[in-house]
Amino acid sequence: MRNHVLRPLYLAIAFVVLLLLVRQQIVPADFGVNGENFTYGYHRAGSIEDWKSFPIKYQGKEYCAGCHVEHYDSNMASSHRSIPCENCHGPARNHPETPATLEIDQGRHLCLRCHAGLPYPTSQRSELPAIDPEAHNPNMECILCHNPHKPSLEDM
Amino acid sequence: MSITRRSFLKNTLMGAAATTVPLTALKFLSPAETRAAVENSGVRWAFLVDTYKCVGCGFCVMACKKENEIPLDVPVTRTWVERYVVTKDGESHIDTPKGGQEGYTENSIRGEKIDPDDIKKAFFVPKLCNQCDNPPCVQVCPVGATYQTKDGVVLVDRTWCIGCGYCIMACPYGVRFFHPEHKVAEKCTFCYHRLVKGMKTACVDACPFGARKVCDLHDHSDPATQTILNERVAVLKDEYGTKPQVFYLGLDRNVR
Repeated sequence: MRNHVLRPLYLAIAFVVLLLLVRQQIVPADFGVNGENFTYGYHRAGSIEDWKSFPIKYQGKEYCAGCHVEHYDSNMASSHRSIPCENCHGPARNHPETPATLEIDQGRHLCLRCHAGLPYPTSQRSELPAIDPEAHNPNMECILCHNPHKPSLEDM
Repeated sequence: MSITRRSFLKNTLMGAAATTVPLTALKFLSPAETRAAVENSGVRWAFLVDTYKCVGCGFCVMACKKENEIPLDVPVTRTWVERYVVTKDGESHIDTPKGGQEGYTENSIRGEKIDPDDIKKAFFVPKLCNQCDNPPCVQVCPVGATYQTKDGVVLVDRTWCIGCGYCIMACPYGVRFFHPEHKVAEKCTFCYHRLVKGMKTACVDACPFGARKVCDLHDHSDPATQTILNERVAVLKDEYGTKPQVFYLGLDRNVR
């Protein structure tokens, strides 16, 4: 065959080989179907491990009870027992190492999430003890009168 | 060829018995169904939302954002709570300010005051990724950066996503968004890092009212699984054929 036909052919073959080499370098070894179906399972297997090692921040009520047992007990005896500690105190993460102290949010807005009265007949919201935020001691912190661990006024 | 009375009667009876086998007993199984019948396919995560119990406190949204490192001040979220107020004239008023992350403390919706006597029904609906069995978001990914795990959760590979946004457009539920910091597609993972360690998702743990439950569909001892299997539950946008795995109790026709 003539040289002017072969030379572009060699060039094309070299280009394909180069592409395959670059692809082999860039695509991770664990990328593929990995025993799953092609439509939904085509991925890098290591990605699942990445997600599994994502750090946990919310540790749960029993974690807090390990040290703060008196607060845990008073809370569990009250009508607020179903509220996790970390909803108001923030995620424990690796407390007491990091962070050493948790910032306590004592804002009115936390209480109003449930106790601002909304007239919703088909929702459990209307069954909760409710106030009108504009009429019930506006701009005062709830904790001045109510103990969030023992919210019942009879216990005060 | 001779036929004895015995063999004639025997063949006749067997033929009659064979014709009475109902056709429904012989059905074609999809490859997935065959595999499920042969192997023990393990865990299949699913979610149950009880809209009667939700009070719209928004603690779930706050917990999700902090657990999964989604900025609080950016209007994107993996899960959110919608408010539906249907007035007596049949009109529905729907809103979800900041995804409901700060709860619902006012009666007015989008600045519109609603007369309490005018309300026919009002309720809250938490939303999150449906972890579909047929996830359209995975089908459209051009690079294989999003996929379904063996236990049914759809994840995004942050190192591999090119941020083209096809999956964000493909999701009929609008649960995907662009992560403002990682610059890749982002979605609810059912807190996969917690599930694999035997914990519940952050939103389930944060809910004081038990409106959210996460369960393994193959674990029939789980009360939430029992509810999904035996109670009257509904899914969102069933007509899309995505086979969503988030089941709702008390779903209203206004909710889509």
